[in-house]
Amino acid sequence: MTHKIRVNQLGKEYRLGAAQGLRHPAFVRRIALRFNQIFGTHLQEKQAKDSFWALNDISFDVKPGETVGIIGRNGSGKSTLLKILSRITTPTRGVVELNGHLSSLLEVGTGFHPELSGRENVFLNGALLGMTRNDIKNKFDEIVAFSEVAKFIDTPVKHYSSGMYVRLAFAVAAHLDPDILVVDEVLSVGDGGFQRKCVGKMSEAAKNNRTILFVSHNLLAVRALCSRVIVLDQGHIVMDGSTEDGISTYSRLNADTADLVSRNSQDRLARSNGAVRFTDAKIVDASGQERTKFNEGETVNLSFRLRSFQSVPSLAICVCIRSSLSGEYITTVKKTLSAGPVLPSELEMPVKIEFPNIALRPGDYSFFIWLGDEAIDNSWDVLDENVSFPWLTITSDRVDRENLMGYFTIPANFKTA
Amino acid sequence: MATLVIKPAKGWIPLNLREMWRYRELFVFLGLRDIKVRYKQTVLGASWAIIQPLLTTTVFSVFFGGLGKIPSDGIPYPVFCYCGMLPWTYFSNSLSRGSASIVGNAHLISKIYFPRLIIPASMMVQPLIDFAISFGALICVMLYFHMTPPATAFVYIPLLTLLASALALAISLWLGALNVYYRDIAHIVPFLTQLWMFSSPIVFPYSLIPAKYQQIAALNPIVGLVEGFRSALLGRPWMVEPLLTSVGITLVLLASGAFFFRRLESDFADVA
Repeated sequence: MTHKIRVNQLGKEYRLGAAQGLRHPAFVRRIALRFNQIFGTHLQEKQAKDSFWALNDISFDVKPGETVGIIGRNGSGKSTLLKILSRITTPTRGVVELNGHLSSLLEVGTGFHPELSGRENVFLNGALLGMTRNDIKNKFDEIVAFSEVAKFIDTPVKHYSSGMYVRLAFAVAAHLDPDILVVDEVLSVGDGGFQRKCVGKMSEAAKNNRTILFVSHNLLAVRALCSRVIVLDQGHIVMDGSTEDGISTYSRLNADTADLVSRNSQDRLARSNGAVRFTDAKIVDASGQERTKFNEGETVNLSFRLRSFQSVPSLAICVCIRSSLSGEYITTVKKTLSAGPVLPSELEMPVKIEFPNIALRPGDYSFFIWLGDEAIDNSWDVLDENVSFPWLTITSDRVDRENLMGYFTIPANFKTA
Repeated sequence: MATLVIKPAKGWIPLNLREMWRYRELFVFLGLRDIKVRYKQTVLGASWAIIQPLLTTTVFSVFFGGLGKIPSDGIPYPVFCYCGMLPWTYFSNSLSRGSASIVGNAHLISKIYFPRLIIPASMMVQPLIDFAISFGALICVMLYFHMTPPATAFVYIPLLTLLASALALAISLWLGALNVYYRDIAHIVPFLTQLWMFSSPIVFPYSLIPAKYQQIAALNPIVGLVEGFRSALLGRPWMVEPLLTSVGITLVLLASGAFFFRRLESDFADVA
């Protein structure tokens, strides 16, 4: 068998106007059409015009054991593709062939009933996901152990905290053991520790030669898990290739303009008010050269330029370093740039942050960089990977680099007799 | 390994009963779910299954049997009425649940694939519990009037209940699928069941219908069902013709409903 999934010229048409008016089943539309032909009337014609293709002419193959990331902006057709692959909705055109059992984690906890106990919900949810009663029985202990809610397994889930609820739900889904696994953004659940466990479970599945389709906005997770990336935009495949190429294509799509001040301004203005903004931002090494790959212990510099557009009461900058996979915040550094008011257009300043002998362990890290007031109550601007700020890769030559756990190296004096 | 082919849904789609069979446990779990949550957070719990038909029967006995002097073929009116209310309540509960089931479970349909027919089918399970409880109450009412159901009733009643489930499911398949597109159905169903109840021989005997209209009246599949229950419980002669009509109509509605449902189901996730 050369492929697990073969998608051939797939298309999905949605009719607009469903929100405002009625949607009629196909047979009613056909009757209306026939009626029009015979009587020359104009029933239903408006709807036929108001349609758009959420997916158009999508073709790709996935080989057994591949882990393919599917990335794209909102509305690019990712979810529609997943819905078709998991048979929730049917395509308008084209064919998909699946060799093997496919399970999808589109949203964990679907079908959980608040009045039922954790135990009852595990069985119900398992059955919904296509497991047999025996499968669930055999894996029950494992599921409960993974979810860390063993103590409350006979309590109705309405009394669960949202974290417990999600952990139990993910645990059921994670024990499905399908040949083909489709995952949509579920890594954004739970706390950092649990997220690492989820990523671990997925890489384990990938190592066991499962075929995985992974849809995410979390580019770092995509980068860590996927060997290949398909980039969708407006229902078309714009790139199908290596993860690095895919991510840079996606970043270019995402960067709606080269000018940092107005790039992704909608996204940023949703999170900040834009009173003071970054006009330039990059990662540079000690010699001022721009790069993102550093060796352990090198000096890493972040270099910014700011400009103020409106008067602000005070100005502070925070740089948060986040884990590549879970998005956990590892540490934050903050500096007050101006304790007093800053007047509009008054300020045009460079800011440079130096991390000497960077103590991060090998791995990928992303940044969340924030401008705001001194008390961190108001945000003036934000920068992160969604605004195409690059992430940092720390490499190492040590033989144990893969096996050392944690994010930091801290000074430690060992004494032996 | 079998290759699964996903392609546009066109024309009539086979029922795929084998897949339904693979998901039989889901049917059981969904049924159990509804049973378990049925009386949660209620004070009287499962007593509601007795109180409801008992009160309705009392009211009907007072107004129709007592004040209205509606005949009941020589059987005490409360017993007569309750024998009709028993299958009718099961049928109408199942029907109203079934016809609302697709819209009511839209959150499942838009997130997970499983044979959609399982949803309306599983809706027929929970009212069975109420049915069983209220059947027990009927036996008590009959004993109170010094009547005992014949032993054969325990053979016929399950079969007739199966017929009631099948009929409720058959109509649920039609209405449940249409309800996705036309929510008017949700408004029509309560109204429809009420009209249907009073046009069926539940509070009045079939013999009250003038002989020349009886054949037309028997086209109502509820006639065969309700009269079947009375025959089975009260040991009266069977009315074979209405019963066969009921079975025939049920089978036709069930088969056509299943194909109709399959034809519409591919769009459920997009519309519901």
